Amino acid sequence: MSQILLDVKDLHAGIEGKEILKGINLTINEGEVHAIMGPNGSGKSTLSGVLAGDPRFNVSSGSATFHGTDLLALSPEDRSHEGLFLSFQYPVEIPGVSMVNFMRAAVNAKRKYLHEPDLSASEFLKLMRQKRAVVGLDNKLASRSVNEGFSGGEKKRNEIFQMAVLEPRLSILDETDSGLDIDALRTVAEGVNTLRTEHNSTIVITHYQRLLDYIKPDFVHILYKGRIVYSGGPELALELEEKGYDWIKEQVDAQQ
Amino acid sequence: MSASQQYIDLYRTHADTICSHSSGIMNSRRAGALDLLMSTPLPRRGDEGYARFSIDDAFAPDYGINLTRAPYEADDSLAFTCLIPKVSSLMATVINDSLRLSSNLRRSIPDGVTVCTLAEASERMPEIVEKFYGRIARQTPQVALNTLLAQEGLFIHVAKGVNLNRPLQITNLLATDTDFMAVRRVLVVMEENSAAEILVCDHTRNPEKKYLVSQVIEMHLAAGASLAWYDLEESSENTTRISSLYATQDSGSNLTVNNNTLTGGSTRNEFDIASEGDSTSTELSGMVIASGHQITDNSTLVTHSGRHSSSHQLFKYVVDDEASGAFEGLIRVMEGAEFTEALQTNRNLLASQGAKMHTQPQLLINCDEVKCSHGATTGQLDAAALFYMRQRGIPAEEARTMLMQAFMSDVIETVKLEGLRDRLRYLVEKRFSGRRVLCAECPAHTTTDTVEGGDA
Repeated sequence: MSQILLDVKDLHAGIEGKEILKGINLTINEGEVHAIMGPNGSGKSTLSGVLAGDPRFNVSSGSATFHGTDLLALSPEDRSHEGLFLSFQYPVEIPGVSMVNFMRAAVNAKRKYLHEPDLSASEFLKLMRQKRAVVGLDNKLASRSVNEGFSGGEKKRNEIFQMAVLEPRLSILDETDSGLDIDALRTVAEGVNTLRTEHNSTIVITHYQRLLDYIKPDFVHILYKGRIVYSGGPELALELEEKGYDWIKEQVDAQQ
Repeated sequence: MSASQQYIDLYRTHADTICSHSSGIMNSRRAGALDLLMSTPLPRRGDEGYARFSIDDAFAPDYGINLTRAPYEADDSLAFTCLIPKVSSLMATVINDSLRLSSNLRRSIPDGVTVCTLAEASERMPEIVEKFYGRIARQTPQVALNTLLAQEGLFIHVAKGVNLNRPLQITNLLATDTDFMAVRRVLVVMEENSAAEILVCDHTRNPEKKYLVSQVIEMHLAAGASLAWYDLEESSENTTRISSLYATQDSGSNLTVNNNTLTGGSTRNEFDIASEGDSTSTELSGMVIASGHQITDNSTLVTHSGRHSSSHQLFKYVVDDEASGAFEGLIRVMEGAEFTEALQTNRNLLASQGAKMHTQPQLLINCDEVKCSHGATTGQLDAAALFYMRQRGIPAEEARTMLMQAFMSDVIETVKLEGLRDRLRYLVEKRFSGRRVLCAECPAHTTTDTVEGGDA
């Protein structure tokens, strides 16, 4: 019997006084892949931001328990150390900070949190080499500043590379498919699938069915107006692809 | 009453003593300096070009001047000698205001390169000292005050076509056990097609003592000459530094000036570069890391009068705590200076609520065929980048440090001296992680050179 990894209960959150999430309930067990779909402005990115601890968002009520820990009480860095990873919709460019230094700081911070010694230079380089191979990230990007001058596809590969290095228990892929051509999409998805184990879980946030052809979800949830209004199996994604979101909107709006 | 009165009085009382330690050429400039000081008060905060800094206040306290040239014990100071890896063994130290040359410098200085006191230079190369001493600097009251009181100075001359193939390193060390005012003077003359790199480090030994530095640097670059001047200030909160750097550039000369204020109390750096010849290039850059109650002012003026010349200015500040910074920069393109390319950039990060920054970039163009631009921004750390880093597990403080360091990376890149560039990265990292910068801790601290007594 698999363990509950993330348990979100009646989560309300917003930005600058405006409530965006209006009572999210979501339970994810170890080893599961959940897709969260929904029209623009439904709160998908807010949900990922709130779970990762983006200080722009305020949680007004509700709870999120991450393998037994009160997730919302942790700093963003401690959430990361506890095994939560967010693949950003728009990975941030950080001029002047090299990928190598960035990753070394991240890896060693986690090791420190876990009371492990820093990696030696050669261990670290070996780790980088291994993980780059997972997504076929070009070696020359490693010496560049974080995401600076990376193409859209390189940025997304870089996200999955970082995910591979940090080995999270829960990965949230926020619109990882946006801006990717079909080849890049396949590489990124293969990377994600390679990293799957029976203990770690993934939340795939996406507009489109396309990515779900490659990363097969166990469950699909539809987020609309800050609530999960519909949940189902993989077939729900296909249905959405075919019929669009209007039928959901009509159904929900009629109830209100 | 201007703070200069006490110096005027001091000079009048002790003119004979002051002049007796100096050369005829230096003494010949004092009467004019005295006249100027008597007629023009030291600039005060709010005067044009002094939006945030009062020179008058800086000179108001009576610090005490080493009128009698009493030697200070310098043995302890040697431990403080600042060495940079892969840079140089050609070293000179200015302890308080007395020049000491290292034995290595004396032994291995290349032919055609002269490093000595201004007094000695006045005997060895009187026509050069006569031609340039006190003639390159603009006669501001703060320059006049320096000219009036300077007893000794550093003279560097590189003969025509000579390339000083190793950098020259000068360590300015304030090490008195009483409050002290150091009057420092430098003259650098680069003859045609000569080349040199000079690194200057400012340090203080006793952080609890109050120090005031009055420094005037004059440089002349003859046609085709190339000079890189790097200045690193790591002094104490109780140190006030008023530094005025003046340079004239003849045709085809290249001047790099890079000035870094890593720690200090009150600092005002003035740069006034006259690009007179055609096809000159000028690279002027600087960084300021200010915390506590530090006040740091950089004021630049680059004047182009030749054709086809270029200048680039890049100044960056990170201002934290209750510190304040100011940058006032002016590019002036004179009539006839066609095809000038001049660029000025000032970028600042405010790292706390109490930090203040004043910036005033200016262009004054009297010629049509030019390409000039300036830009200034003041902002805070990028919140999106900070969150991205924290999401990857980098603790907030460390992420802030990394971002501030990254912010300075392009200024560090302007440093062409490789060993210095690495060390600057190291010092900046340490500075941002809140640790006091001590040379002795530097991994670069490898060898020590013997320092002998000066010539004067």
